[in-house]
Amino acid sequence: MAATTTNPKDRTLLAVIGDEDSVTGLLLAGIGHIDQNQKKNFLIVDAKTQTGVIESAFQDFTERKDVAILLINQHVAERIRPTVDRYQAAFPALLEIPSKEHPYDPAKDSVLKRVQKLRGD
Amino acid sequence: MSGTGPREAVFPTRMNLTLTKTRLKGAQTGHSLLAKKRDALTTRFRTILRKVDEAKRLMGRVLQLASFSLAEVTYTAGDIGYQVQESVRKASYTVQARQENVSGVVLPAFDGVRSKDASDFNLTGLSRGGQQIQKCRDTYVKAVGTLVELASLQTAFTILDEVIRATNRRVNAIEHVVIPRLDNTIKYINSELDEMDREEFFRLKKVQGKKKRDAEKADESRQGQNEEYRAQGGEVHRDEGIRGGDAGGADMLDQGKDDDVIF
Repeated sequence: MAATTTNPKDRTLLAVIGDEDSVTGLLLAGIGHIDQNQKKNFLIVDAKTQTGVIESAFQDFTERKDVAILLINQHVAERIRPTVDRYQAAFPALLEIPSKEHPYDPAKDSVLKRVQKLRGD
Repeated sequence: MSGTGPREAVFPTRMNLTLTKTRLKGAQTGHSLLAKKRDALTTRFRTILRKVDEAKRLMGRVLQLASFSLAEVTYTAGDIGYQVQESVRKASYTVQARQENVSGVVLPAFDGVRSKDASDFNLTGLSRGGQQIQKCRDTYVKAVGTLVELASLQTAFTILDEVIRATNRRVNAIEHVVIPRLDNTIKYINSELDEMDREEFFRLKKVQGKKKRDAEKADESRQGQNEEYRAQGGEVHRDEGIRGGDAGGADMLDQGKDDDVIF
């Protein structure tokens, strides 16, 4: 429970890693935030984005103290699957969301996998 | 000796027996309390599990709808992605954590909060497609609401999972390690005390026997000495106890009253 040591009340932001359309939509809803250090809380991933960049953004968002929920496109999560599966902390909550081109596949979701396993037995 | 299995390293005394019995009682109370807690948490966990499953499926549909409305926007207003990304300043949609207590476990729940001055992107789509953008925005706000709800469920799920596991570990530890160990200790102390009791009884019997033997011996030798002394012409006195002998303690209270002293 190391991640719960910081007060969850300080966490107010949503962060997102995803393709352009998903990010645009979510930003339109008003979740975008740029802090004093010009740090964004979103990352746009396209086919040219290096896996290392996604990986470091993922680490960055999960370590930030003001992020409550991290949204990540499922096909992006698929590219850094080992890291995503290893992520078990409660804060920030990690949510895999479908994107326009990639419909949602519950079988791949790291949390749903656990849910299925627990419901199975 | 019934010290089989692990036990506490204590001296087998009555005080330790009482202490261990109290501890055993405490462990049993703790066990039943923890078991109750585990049951309560598991009930809650099952509910959340079902909800997470449902919400995940719902989210798929909601986001599909949202993507569709964004496609409509792109169709009417062209690609607004760049504009939107560049005009981001400050989050107008934030979440607030609220805490819920389930059997001593603090579960955070998020509430989506939309600030009043949500006026970003007002200029986006000014020329055309403004209505679509507005619609799209509302759809996405709703979608984010669903996501926030799902996130709180998921957080609760993660935390509960962890807590239930910890509780289970504790319950099992008490059931399979602590209680048997205390049981063993009690048995050990009881057996040791019984053993000591028997030893003590045996010792007393032995001591009694010895004393009897010694007394007989002393009596015999005294008789022998008396005989010898008498044979030499002596007289054997006997100790008759109080008031027995010549100087035997007379009762002072029985003596006559003293005269009154007159000055």
